[in-house]
Amino acid sequence: MIRFTLNGKPVQLDVAPDTPLLWALRDGQGLTGSKYGCGQALCGACTVHLNGQPVRSCVLPVSAVAGASVTTIEGLASRVGQAVQAAWQKLDVAQCGFCQSGQVMAATALLTSNSKPSDTDIDTAMGGLICRCGTYVRIRAAIHEAARMLG
Amino acid sequence: MSAHIENIQSGRRDFLKTGLGLSLAVCFAPGRVLAAPQGSHDEALVANAFVTVGRNGVVTVMMKHLEMGQGTHTGMATLVAEEMDADWARVRVQSAPADVAKYKNLKMGIQATGGSNAMAEAFLQMRQAGAAARAMLLAAAARQWNVPLASLTVHKSQVIHKASGRNSDFGELASLAVREVVPEQVSLKTPAQFNLIGKPLSRKDGLDKSRGRALYTQDVRLPEMLTAVVVHPPRFGARLQSFDAARALAVKGVVDVLAIPNGVAVLGHDFWSAKKGRDALTVAWDEGQAFRGSSEEMLSGYRELARTQGMSARRDGDGEQALAGAATRIEAGYDFPYLAHASMEPLDCVVRLTPESCEIWNGTQFQTRDQAVLAKLLALKPEQVKINTLYAGGSFGRRANPHSDYVLEAAHIAQAYAAKHQGRATVKMLWTREDDMRAGYYRPMFHHRLQGGLDAAGRPVAWSQTIVGQSIMKGTVFESFAVRNGIDHSSVEGAANLPYRIPHIQVQLHSPTQAVPVQWWRSVGSTHSAYAVESFLDELAHQGGQDPVALRRELLKGHPRHLGVLELVAQKSGWDKPLPPAKAGERRGRGVAVHESFNSYVAQVAEVTVRDDGSFHVDRVVCAVDCGLAINPDVIRAQMEGGIAFGLSAALHGAVTLQDGQVDQGNFDTYPVLRMPEMPRVEVHIVPSAEAPTGVGEPGTPVIAPAVANALFAATGQRLRRLPFDVKALRRA
Repeated sequence: MIRFTLNGKPVQLDVAPDTPLLWALRDGQGLTGSKYGCGQALCGACTVHLNGQPVRSCVLPVSAVAGASVTTIEGLASRVGQAVQAAWQKLDVAQCGFCQSGQVMAATALLTSNSKPSDTDIDTAMGGLICRCGTYVRIRAAIHEAARMLG
Repeated sequence: MSAHIENIQSGRRDFLKTGLGLSLAVCFAPGRVLAAPQGSHDEALVANAFVTVGRNGVVTVMMKHLEMGQGTHTGMATLVAEEMDADWARVRVQSAPADVAKYKNLKMGIQATGGSNAMAEAFLQMRQAGAAARAMLLAAAARQWNVPLASLTVHKSQVIHKASGRNSDFGELASLAVREVVPEQVSLKTPAQFNLIGKPLSRKDGLDKSRGRALYTQDVRLPEMLTAVVVHPPRFGARLQSFDAARALAVKGVVDVLAIPNGVAVLGHDFWSAKKGRDALTVAWDEGQAFRGSSEEMLSGYRELARTQGMSARRDGDGEQALAGAATRIEAGYDFPYLAHASMEPLDCVVRLTPESCEIWNGTQFQTRDQAVLAKLLALKPEQVKINTLYAGGSFGRRANPHSDYVLEAAHIAQAYAAKHQGRATVKMLWTREDDMRAGYYRPMFHHRLQGGLDAAGRPVAWSQTIVGQSIMKGTVFESFAVRNGIDHSSVEGAANLPYRIPHIQVQLHSPTQAVPVQWWRSVGSTHSAYAVESFLDELAHQGGQDPVALRRELLKGHPRHLGVLELVAQKSGWDKPLPPAKAGERRGRGVAVHESFNSYVAQVAEVTVRDDGSFHVDRVVCAVDCGLAINPDVIRAQMEGGIAFGLSAALHGAVTLQDGQVDQGNFDTYPVLRMPEMPRVEVHIVPSAEAPTGVGEPGTPVIAPAVANALFAATGQRLRRLPFDVKALRRA
């Protein structure tokens, strides 16, 4: 039995400890906002927050989050997260949308630690995520827009 | 513009009268129900196959096209809302069921999304559907208030009778309008009357997609559903010999291990159990018939073949004689690798079987093709195969497989399981990234051999192009109309229709057969032809001492839409002004390319900075597009941005290679794709146009690679004739 805090609520999961957090969330908890894209921490579609830090849930064994706090796109409620989502919508960032949960989570983590990121900061923070639709131009613009909205 | 109804002709009344007949109410995760409006007449107006109006005033537009990122749902809904004068905020979209009679693509004859043709094929149809619904709502208001129809106007879903000050919302009129006659004729707006068309309306899927709420096949959860992962043969053409399931079945959560035509499926209660079961499985393959070749050997063969006579796809004048008599001759060969689509969502499909029915959940580009293939497999009637179209996490052509390969595989798994369980099975098949990458159906490998002749003044007088690559149409249901006189049109598009005014042109084709399965990939033939044509024209320009824009301008006389985008991109990029100088240790350059695909015209200018070690960055891309009437300029911009990213990704990184029959790549480490730091700044300019609208999903893609290659040549003097780019060639000598 693995206990941790999920989107602000305590949970107990009875799954094999080597199960990646992603699959514990998706198949076990029905939280399907985080996506499987590569299974090797190469694309970032599975990005969630572990104690506020962005992590690739597809390679993180669920045993590693015991006692920790996990936030997924479904539980993203911070002021920064809401600004990021508003900016995403305002600039119509998403195309197919499949990677965007991960992009939103990564962007929120970036803006939480750096309220006015430069383009280089954005490249560094977001370079681990892939968008095959090529929404990078708008992701960049939306991060700047969210920074402006947050003042 | 009055209604031109030729595209629905004899079926018009059927089309306008067809109800929805939906009964889609599927339980997903606990507490989550996906329910469609019932469309029953006492609750709402089902005006026709495309438009329902609810009592709450919500207009629901049925989507026959797959939304895979290209924005088609927003575009189609805009057309309906425009003619209805509906309140855009209260327009929602819903995927239509698979039904060829109601929802066929008017250009393709099946229900399908592809060829960037949704806007072109449905522009009138969707507007007529909206206009017909509006007419019924107006008739209901006129009857209720006893006023002439002509005295009514509509604004944001409100029907207004100005003289009496009365008004009524679509929602209030919907149940009354049910009793009105479906109109025989509808009038459509003139462009001057458009309120929504041409505006950057926000996407209908934007909210859900920024909140992780959009539903993809990967997310579907049904009662008693099992997850299946598969083991495919290690080489194309290998067959399953035997397998030992004992260790797989010992994994907790694994339910069954089943042989399927193309391998073995492991079924579990969840993905991770099934995946662990797969890892524990022992499989033996019969590789007697397996493909053992290498892509590099194949390419060498293609280069040889290109020196022999091919099938003629175009012949103007006498290319050979003109080449022989030219003052200057140049020759070049261009190589293009196999490419994977590598959509973010690896291929997946959900199947529910009962003895009498099959139900599919999938983001498919080919609804009624899949339906026909499944009906045949399962010995059902097509209408017994229900297809629920979900969002696709990208596709780029892959989810339009003429053989329905992955859909069929999911059905085989369900069928094998159902055979042991009273004919019942509910299975979600998930391919891993590696399964997706190695399953074939790639953009074919190609080689183009180009020869050109210039006269003494440096003007091109002869153009000879020989193209070598597998046909994607041969052996499919599309062969009979896509392959004519041996020429697969999709192999030569973008070359055989070369727009440049050169007196002697010949284009020839070889279509060798290979064991590697191939398929269309965003912009199809233009993915390679635009690169070969636009690079070689640049070579001719430099050889003849001419400016690349000036030469194109000269040779494109008589092609006003090509010229239109060329002039616009030249102006907006500042082509007539020199680039800012490079910093020490850097070289800068600028290149141009122009290309038409799917009846849309795109020109791009790319600016690059090349470092001494040959590495480079694309700093800025200026893009001009003419897609006829611009329905949603923001979606058009987004598709140009995305198309540029997709084409640049292939140019910089994309290659599937094979050695001893095995695919070398498996995931994004070995098949790298474009990431944020490599993305250029993009400026998109739309040519104002009153021409009929055409698509934007694909036409932005093929233009970027030649524009960048031409810029790299301008910066370094090195011509890159092989994709993906090898930057070693760009090192400073």
